[in-house]
Amino acid sequence: MILNSKIPIGDVTENGIDWLTENYSEFFTGIRDSIETIIDGLFWFLISIPIPIFIALIVLIAWYLSSKGTAAFAGIGLFLIQNMGLWEKTMETLALVGAATLITLVIGLPLGILMSKSNIAEKILRPVLDFMQTMPAFVYLIPAVYFFDLGAVPGAVATIIFAMPPIVRLTNLGIRQVPGDVIEASKSFGATSWQLLFKVQVPLAVPTIMAGLNQTIMLSLSMVVISAMIGADGLGRVVYEGITQMNMGKGFEGGLAVVILAMLLDRITQSLSAEQNVSGKAYVKNLLAKRVKNKSV
Amino acid sequence: MPKVEVNGLYKVFGSSPLQIIPLLKKGMNKATIFKKHKHNVGVNDISFTVQEGEVFVIMGFSGSGKSTLIRCLNRLIEPTGGSILIDGEDITKASTSRLREIRRKKIAMVFQNFGLLPHKTILENIAFGLEIQNISRSERNEKAAEMLKLVGLEGYENAKPAELSGGMQQRVGLARALATEADILLMDEAFSALDPLIRRDMQNELLSLQEKMKKTIIFITHDLDEALKIGDCIALMRDGEIVQTGPAEEILQNPADDYVSNFTQNVNRVEIITASSIMRRAEAIVLEKSGIRTAAHTMKELGISSIFVTDRSGVLLGIVTIDKVSGLIKKGTEALANIIDNDIQTVRPEASIDEIIPLFFQSNYPIAVIDDEGKLKGIIFKSTVLAGISGEKGECV
Repeated sequence: MILNSKIPIGDVTENGIDWLTENYSEFFTGIRDSIETIIDGLFWFLISIPIPIFIALIVLIAWYLSSKGTAAFAGIGLFLIQNMGLWEKTMETLALVGAATLITLVIGLPLGILMSKSNIAEKILRPVLDFMQTMPAFVYLIPAVYFFDLGAVPGAVATIIFAMPPIVRLTNLGIRQVPGDVIEASKSFGATSWQLLFKVQVPLAVPTIMAGLNQTIMLSLSMVVISAMIGADGLGRVVYEGITQMNMGKGFEGGLAVVILAMLLDRITQSLSAEQNVSGKAYVKNLLAKRVKNKSV
Repeated sequence: MPKVEVNGLYKVFGSSPLQIIPLLKKGMNKATIFKKHKHNVGVNDISFTVQEGEVFVIMGFSGSGKSTLIRCLNRLIEPTGGSILIDGEDITKASTSRLREIRRKKIAMVFQNFGLLPHKTILENIAFGLEIQNISRSERNEKAAEMLKLVGLEGYENAKPAELSGGMQQRVGLARALATEADILLMDEAFSALDPLIRRDMQNELLSLQEKMKKTIIFITHDLDEALKIGDCIALMRDGEIVQTGPAEEILQNPADDYVSNFTQNVNRVEIITASSIMRRAEAIVLEKSGIRTAAHTMKELGISSIFVTDRSGVLLGIVTIDKVSGLIKKGTEALANIIDNDIQTVRPEASIDEIIPLFFQSNYPIAVIDDEGKLKGIIFKSTVLAGISGEKGECV
């Protein structure tokens, strides 16, 4: 059946958003202020660490969690960023991504758990997540600006919406994948459903949840340039300026810094979801084991 | 009062299971119900009792409903009808919190696939039942260490389950169940995932632990050899019903129907038949004090060439042969004691045939069956062993 008149989906959305901004402006201001506080706090924390110490720390963390290769890459990459004069911009981006990821986790983990526990919740959430993930990210920018004005906050909000689905989905998947016999055994010893969740299901789902965290961080980074269009600061701004000024060099430098940051975060978070034999953690573990052995000998 | 008493237990899977029970009571069978009513009958009108300290084995092929049945006993699967009394308390009526309490304190379970927590160490796994009860770390670790030792896994405290072999993992499963000090153990095909040699070790270990601990054990298996070895009492299941219940030998010697006898056909009788079930009454004995002429007379009477000698209370002293007795008579001495040959092979009544057979290679005499006090209970000849293996029941004492 074909209607002659247009169903006013767009108008309804617009009116709805107008109504929300008018009636709940205080609510949105509150959210805006808290997100801003988190981003700013994170930024001042990151920027207050002296650059050499920061680089050394990241290199150590990369070695401990991932491998020597990642550690070397971290050292060279961060040195390059500093050398290009993009340190502060990188920290701004890191603060934005960090804050968005933090908020995504706080909302996404409980949603994932809820989804794993209730088939009804899964049925409701699944299309919502599909919507959040596949709706072109630019579309979020318009209401985000309506609600939260220009700047880093609407960028963070758009990022949160866009980057949340993987952590929710993979938390759900991780918990549902816990083998039935382990759950049955836990129940047979009289575990309550909370004990089952926090002593058995969530710990066993951690590798999968970490894979979700990795995805979330990567998606957040992919939003960096897009958020710059609505006034978020950071590397995105550098790239965006490069585009608008037709400055190829500037754009490439900004883009390169984003790539370095992305690869670093990816390698480090990826190692959280898998036990690696080449990591510093394994080395330290072996060292400790040897020491214990020597002592006992 | 029996430790566990199950009365008219039903479990039907499907959308409206309660409506199926009257049909089952009318005698409709599992296949018809599945075809006509789209419900699957797991457990059909099962009743049995288990006494304290008894090992009760439920056996059947896969699909016979035995795993469903054992899960009904701690309500991992909710029964559709019937009652389950544990120490007189009907747990089908227990509230959620009471049920949790029973699972924590009274019934522990060991699983076919171990069900260990892969992210916890062996010690933490064993302590898991206690952790659930919010017992302090130091206290539960102490208890867990004790159980670890009991099952012979010292040194593996900090290993992860994946680093252990199947047999060792199941020892952990067993230790975890024992750590809660529950007096009922449910064992669901606990040894079925292990290879045959390890399985036999675990069976022996369970039996020796049981000797010390005197738990009430309900053991599920599809392996009749295993059932016969460890069960004080065995229930055979088919299509959700119990076909026959009884002690091992009764099931073996008097199968209730073709289904049971099919089952028992492949059993290795050599392991199951015991000395006490095949031994002959010790007719050919002579008292030590009765002297040499009585011995000679008895042997002549029975047409045998050797005879066991006991003291007045029936304690076996040895054997004398007709040759030696004749020699002694020629010399004119009377004392039987001088010629008693005590180099004879003896077994306990519970010894199995495969333990008895090798003894015949070491001795030309019949084998004496003696009890703990050394009293002669019966005699086994080579021919009695053969009769036992072929399934003919030996003469009972």
